[in-house]
Amino acid sequence: MATVPNTNAGTKKNSQQGFVYLPLIAGWLVPGAGHFLLRKWGRGALLAASILAMFVLGIAMQGKLYGGAHDILDLLGLAGDLGNGLLYIVSRTLGLGADPVQVTTADYGTRFIVVAGLLNVIAAVDAHNLRTGRKS
Amino acid sequence: MLRPSHFAAVVLFALFASVVFGITQRETPRKMVRYGIYCFVLFVGSAILLSWIMFLIAR
Repeated sequence: MATVPNTNAGTKKNSQQGFVYLPLIAGWLVPGAGHFLLRKWGRGALLAASILAMFVLGIAMQGKLYGGAHDILDLLGLAGDLGNGLLYIVSRTLGLGADPVQVTTADYGTRFIVVAGLLNVIAAVDAHNLRTGRKS
Repeated sequence: MLRPSHFAAVVLFALFASVVFGITQRETPRKMVRYGIYCFVLFVGSAILLSWIMFLIAR
């Protein structure tokens, strides 16, 4: 009796090889990189464009980049900003982003930067789920 | 310095957030597009509705 090869098991085994957390870390450091590693070019490009645009618009609006945690709200803002990965580190190094918020649009900018970081974390977790086979 | 209006900021925010939500929360491209549009309409629609409510309260 002929046996049918179990292709699902093979695919699952292949998806478990290597460092499972690489797309998660790459996706956090560079928006969309986790999806690019998994050859999801379209999804990666759209995610990268959305997150980069949101971050750049936030900087252009003179949004604030949180540098330290003086109270709980600053801590939450810093956590959101850190979600941007290398974008945050490079921007801090270049001295981008206003420190005190002086106009209303700057407050919008601060929110754009924080939300870009949070969306980047969601995208990185999605890349991890694709890597582990939890999502197709 | 970029100074968008409040509505322009809402539309931009809704657009980018909806793209990410659509891609990450659904599995097939068709469902991604539908969910992205759904999120965009909810974002912008709720902003317009709340704006009208606040306008009427302030009168």
